[in-house]
Amino acid sequence: MTRYLLRRVWYMLITLFIIATFSFFLMKILPGSPLNAEDKLSEEQKEIILEKYGLNDPIPVQYAKYLGGLVKGDLGVSFKFDNTPVTAILFDRIGPSALLGFQALVVGSILGIFLGLMASIFRNSPIDFSSTIIAVIGTSIPSFVFAGLLQYVFAVKLGWFPVALWGEFEHTILPTIALAIHPMATAARFTRTEMVEVLHSNYIITARAKGVSESGIILKHGLRNALIPLITVLGPMAVGLMTGSMVIEQIFAIPGIGEQFVTSVMVNDYPTIMGTTLLFAFGFIVIILIIDLLYGLIDPRIRLAGGK
Amino acid sequence: MSKLLEVKDLKVSFNTYNGEVHAVRGVTFDLNKGETLAIVGESGSGKSVTSNAIMRLLPEPHGFIKEGQILLEGVDLAKKTSKEMQKIRGKDISMVFQDPMSSLNPTMKIGNQIMEGLIKHQNMNKQEARKTALELLTLVGIPRPDVRINQYPHQFSGGMRQRVVVAIALACNPKILIADEPTTALDVTIQAQILELMKSIQQKTDSAIIFITHDLGVVANVADRVAVMYAGKIVEIGTVDDIFYNPKHPYTWGLIGSMPTLDSTDEELFAIPGSPPNMLTPPVGDAFAPRNQFALEIDTVMEPPMFKVSDTHYAATWLLHEDAPKIEPPAAVKHRMQGFAQTGTKGGGKR
Ligand SMILES: Nc1ncnc2c1ncn2[C@@H]1O[C@H](COP(=O)(O)OP(=O)(O)OP(=O)(O)O)[C@@H](O)[C@H]1O
Ligand SMILES: [Mg+2]
Repeated sequence: MTRYLLRRVWYMLITLFIIATFSFFLMKILPGSPLNAEDKLSEEQKEIILEKYGLNDPIPVQYAKYLGGLVKGDLGVSFKFDNTPVTAILFDRIGPSALLGFQALVVGSILGIFLGLMASIFRNSPIDFSSTIIAVIGTSIPSFVFAGLLQYVFAVKLGWFPVALWGEFEHTILPTIALAIHPMATAARFTRTEMVEVLHSNYIITARAKGVSESGIILKHGLRNALIPLITVLGPMAVGLMTGSMVIEQIFAIPGIGEQFVTSVMVNDYPTIMGTTLLFAFGFIVIILIIDLLYGLIDPRIRLAGGK
Repeated sequence: MSKLLEVKDLKVSFNTYNGEVHAVRGVTFDLNKGETLAIVGESGSGKSVTSNAIMRLLPEPHGFIKEGQILLEGVDLAKKTSKEMQKIRGKDISMVFQDPMSSLNPTMKIGNQIMEGLIKHQNMNKQEARKTALELLTLVGIPRPDVRINQYPHQFSGGMRQRVVVAIALACNPKILIADEPTTALDVTIQAQILELMKSIQQKTDSAIIFITHDLGVVANVADRVAVMYAGKIVEIGTVDDIFYNPKHPYTWGLIGSMPTLDSTDEELFAIPGSPPNMLTPPVGDAFAPRNQFALEIDTVMEPPMFKVSDTHYAATWLLHEDAPKIEPPAAVKHRMQGFAQTGTKGGGKR
């Protein structure tokens, strides 16, 4: 198990290195520079700035410096916020994003599994149909539409929650719901399909033949087996939450990574963009690792393969 | 002998998009304590549907018992609610299925799968159930049960899994064990082991067994009595000796005649031509008539009743009517009947 983990961590590092390299050269190729917006500067002033950030060095030198910094955990200094290290910016911003993403994932998957379960138990009943409709709406309508709707109804009209901004728990409720709708729909759809299939499998008949009660059939024998494939979609779902949060964070004016990313892109703040990209990549890889470990926890057949 | 199970005129249908499938069309038989009844017949003859109906494991509501009684010690199972059936399944009647690869829950430890029934039906606590599960694993011949009990199905071979399935079925000392082709999915040597296992367990526990198969060779080896099914009906029923030495129904002849023999010089086969009828629209008269070279005119008009051959032996063919021409089984069938006489059947020694 330890060896397996070590190997996985090694692969993670390689992946991160490739992504770092890729995003570095992509930034170099892209047109536009951090100075475009500040046309009022004289040539000398521009020269001083370029010199200060090392942008006059040959590209291989810049690349080497960048990698050297990365190894030490230094993502460089932001172009925009003078002398603020990118790590500090990201560190400030990660809290709200992580909290929102986590809350949305938990709320979305629990509600979704519940909905899908009810739909599979009461198949072809009104419960099933309404659950399907919720799932279709949740998958096809983008989360920012929900965000706007929630804001309008529950904040502006009813005044139950703050319209935007960050601080208390109540600030997180509307953005969490807006973010959770998509994962909920996905989980509901998946759980229903899988449950219907699992409930037709032979080991369910064996369980019935033992005299296991209906609730035992569904919860003890059915759900666990139905959840295995759900975990595979949980990963992309979690990543979707990270990227989806860019828009949601803008709408609710939440000081998170997503909002920061959008701002950095607007002003060509390369170090921050690259830092954020790396952070997203890192998050993605960690999520995949967690999912693989979860997989092993739920499915004994995989546990054995991984342990070897 | 006391009647343990009496199935009376059981009819089972399935509602499908194409209409009602008459899968079982009036099956009557009984089962005594401690005996093994084999049900044989071609694919689609209604063997599994019959056993699933007894267990009340039909995919209700679209598969349903249309008529008839299933009396377990005089109590009609057909009238039980699904809650009441949960108390009977696994306790009074249990079942071993065809495919051991898929009939165990892949994410549950073997031990827990065995203990589940014990905890439910015998009111055992976890320790007691675990102890009994270990004994059961030993009984079904699984080495190192103390290790195996904590393993998952994928860590077992097909034969070992079927032993586990047998252990699950036996957990609560059922009065009846239904085995629906328990060895079909296994290779020959493992098949023999599982059959041996079931026989030896029956001697220890005195359960009655309904053994479903389409392999007549197996039947001679394990059964006391045989019911031959065709198109949702029992067409002949009797002791093993009745069926193997004195078969009366042309369909039984066909089954016996198409058995492979060890005798290599004997190339002749008496195979049954054609295929079984569509159960959406069961034929009038004798359902076997279109495939029966000995069919009589009356077969296309009227269904034959069960004619009594002896106290133990009945067959539904007009050939047994006193006015019917006397017809002998074909040569290939006779040849095989003689073969059985030489090697003997399970019942051969007893009676
Ligand atoms: N769920 C179902 N829906 C509709 N028809 C069914 C269903 N299950 C069985 N049948 C029909 O019932 C008839 C009897 O099937 P059954 O499974 O009992 O055959 P069998 O004798 O067990 O055959 P095999 O040797 O292949 O297992 C078949 O014609 C089959 O098509
Ligand atoms: Mg069958």
